Amino acid sequence: MRASTSQLAAGALTLALLVSLPLWIGNTYYINIASQILIWAILALGLNLLVGYAGLTSLGHAGLFAIGGYVAAMLLAAGYGHLLAVLVALLVTLLASVLFALLALRATGIGFLMITLAMGQILWGIAYRWASLTNGDNGIPVASRPAPFGLSLAPAPAFYYATLVVFLLALASMAVFVRSPFGASLAGTRDQARRMTALGYNVWLIRFLTILFSGFWSGVAGLLFIYYNQFISPQVVALTTSAEALLMVISGGSGTLLGPIVGAGIVVIMKNVVSAYIERWNLVLGVIFILIISFMPEGLVPGSVRIWRLARQALRGKRVADAQGAEQPEASR
Amino acid sequence: MTALVIAGLSKSFGGLRVTRDVSLAVAPGERRLIIGPNGAGKTTLFNLITGELAADRGTIKLFGRDISAVPCRRRAHLGMARTYQIITLFSRETILRNIMLALLGLSPLRWNAVSDLGSQRDLVERARAVLVRVGLDRIAERRLAETSYGERRRVEIAMALAQDPKLLLLDEPFAGLSVDERRDVQKLLLAIPRDVTVVMIEHNMDVALELADRITLLHFGEVIVEGTRAAVVADPRTREVYLGV
Repeated sequence: MRASTSQLAAGALTLALLVSLPLWIGNTYYINIASQILIWAILALGLNLLVGYAGLTSLGHAGLFAIGGYVAAMLLAAGYGHLLAVLVALLVTLLASVLFALLALRATGIGFLMITLAMGQILWGIAYRWASLTNGDNGIPVASRPAPFGLSLAPAPAFYYATLVVFLLALASMAVFVRSPFGASLAGTRDQARRMTALGYNVWLIRFLTILFSGFWSGVAGLLFIYYNQFISPQVVALTTSAEALLMVISGGSGTLLGPIVGAGIVVIMKNVVSAYIERWNLVLGVIFILIISFMPEGLVPGSVRIWRLARQALRGKRVADAQGAEQPEASR
Repeated sequence: MTALVIAGLSKSFGGLRVTRDVSLAVAPGERRLIIGPNGAGKTTLFNLITGELAADRGTIKLFGRDISAVPCRRRAHLGMARTYQIITLFSRETILRNIMLALLGLSPLRWNAVSDLGSQRDLVERARAVLVRVGLDRIAERRLAETSYGERRRVEIAMALAQDPKLLLLDEPFAGLSVDERRDVQKLLLAIPRDVTVVMIEHNMDVALELADRITLLHFGEVIVEGTRAAVVADPRTREVYLGV
């Protein structure tokens, strides 16, 4: 599917806004909020591959998000360099994704959900209870942010730009992935797994590889997260993190690329900005989700597109009716 | 070489024996009609042949090769294609994309995660050619959800034909169709070249009989009559358990 001119223009405008954000937003606090949105958007996009394109709902993605972060934090604390820490962390995330996939793909639907939930909880238990390895509830501090090619990521704008580059890479890779023959096969396994098998597809392997791809980007998001906070604790692995990521995907619109990004924006803004003004911000977030699911069950992005199309159709119909009404007296004369 | 040989095939669900020691041989290019009352085990037999269900006992040979232990997806690569009694299509996609998925299933391209599916011109052209063959080319870009039941039936058959099968299994291709639609599908099936072996389950005897070279009658999971069209129709057991006259 080719993008229309208006879609390309909207994309270019959004990119220009994102690139110039530190210049016009004017406040380090809001630059950090933007970095957080991008980090969570990468996680939500990774999860969306499973929820939206594979039809496999995971409630354990916080485990994949955090495992790389923990490994990197431990290696950095042990005195290893950033490059090695990041590479080993990503390798461990991939290995964890393999294990995750091997166990979770024994089921689909609610079974898949329960297995991923259980695995997420096991990882949370390890992070919380295996204190000699993970430092338990105290967490592990990360002394410094990396300085790739001599550019320090310590200042908020520099870290924002690094996160933006990774986010754009993630988005581009997923856009290519879902439009590819493999992406079409994946969507086929979501809609008619039985038929796909009869057509010659290896449904299990397609799902397995997708979990690895999803896990990889979740791990990347996790690494950005620990460098952003310069700290990791069991709270990152908790069920609430997995649930929030899932809410980002569902509220924004699963099976779309823009939806999880919008969902990440809503959750991060509610957590960081609205919570400053409203003590019970969770209540507001809950109400927003209920409203989205009630009026746009497909999610905010596809729902808005649907309403926009309906409005345009109605407007066109009105114009045609007006035009016919204007012609009628002429004809009757 | 025989196209399909089934020997001693049995399947039970708990205490219910749905396929009992079924044996049959289908010659290359033959049109075999499988008939039987509801619950005779016809669709289960198809599911066993395609590997969607594992048999408890018995063997299946496709053009001389024992495929009893070959997984369902591999059987498609060996030249077996099927349609479903209950339409099983990709309703969010267009008709063209449905056919492309069928073509992709047998192509190494299905593992390609970096190129755009829409830019695979060869695949698109092949899919369009299949749609011309079944008379759906004019509505190729229509979403499946916006098509009629009869058009979906034809998409079912088109997806199977797209895979250029050596053995085609059609599960009630006329089910739910109007008289005109039945005639269209009948024409489509009659046009399938003789290098494709066809095994078909069907209840609409008026259209199905014309297509059949030989008929197998199943009853309670067992083959009770098999033979030429005339012989099976004339057999008193066919009248007793199926035709009801």
